[in-house]
Amino acid sequence: MEFDLAQIFDPMSLLKCFIVGGLICVIGQILIDKTKLTPARILVIFVTTGAVLGGLGVYQYIVDFAGSGATVPLTGFGYNLAKGAIEGARQSGLIGVFTGGVKACAGGIAAAVFFGYIASLISKPKMKKQ
Amino acid sequence: MDNKQKYQQYVDKKSPNSPILKNCFFAFVIGGLICTIGQVIANICKWRGCDTATSGTIVSIILIGISAFLTGLNIFNKIGKIAGAGSLVPITGFANSIVSPAMEYKSEGYVMGVGGKMFTVSGPVLVFGISASILVGLVFLIFNTQSITLV
Repeated sequence: MEFDLAQIFDPMSLLKCFIVGGLICVIGQILIDKTKLTPARILVIFVTTGAVLGGLGVYQYIVDFAGSGATVPLTGFGYNLAKGAIEGARQSGLIGVFTGGVKACAGGIAAAVFFGYIASLISKPKMKKQ
Repeated sequence: MDNKQKYQQYVDKKSPNSPILKNCFFAFVIGGLICTIGQVIANICKWRGCDTATSGTIVSIILIGISAFLTGLNIFNKIGKIAGAGSLVPITGFANSIVSPAMEYKSEGYVMGVGGKMFTVSGPVLVFGISASILVGLVFLIFNTQSITLV
């Protein structure tokens, strides 16, 4: 198989991704600067918003347009959860509602737990500069 | 005595007045770049023949892995200082929010310190994210439609 640079660095998809991903981050930055919200709350807001927009079907359009520009931000995490829950509901009803969301994000969650733990183990506790 | 007022003026002058435009610019560029890295990985996966869901998972795993280790090496914080929301909002921020409290409480031991404090910030994210997804699924079950807004 030949390394297809034109497909991997497809400029149109990268540009769309850059702009949409950047804009989502700007929304977060405005929230940080203009309100007294802590980062943790902002993460929660983004995930919940993503789940709601994903449930309404709005976020699908953004994902279709921007690809990773929409799925990499935390709104995409929420969208994935909601999409998984709907997919699960379609396939196996009430059980699917509970299993589908986490199933769709299992890779990300497991990676976060695993790499998070390993990275904390190898890290050196930093001295706080006063 | 107007010392208090003078002091307030002094503080206002000295304290950095968070320049929102500059912050937004850096958040835009760095956030966009992180997403673009994700898109490149996704394109590679697509080229290798993965479907959209699989390549999305691979992108998340790689980005989370990278940012977790960058946090452990204290590099991510330096990026975060410039980028603000640019590194917080992408999934890299999620990994960062797991590793940084875990690092801080390392002295309390490997089980309750690292293992427990990992979720001080990311715990709420999972709680609200998963709860919201279950609600969405329930709404879908009841109304059997996703297209409330779709005309």
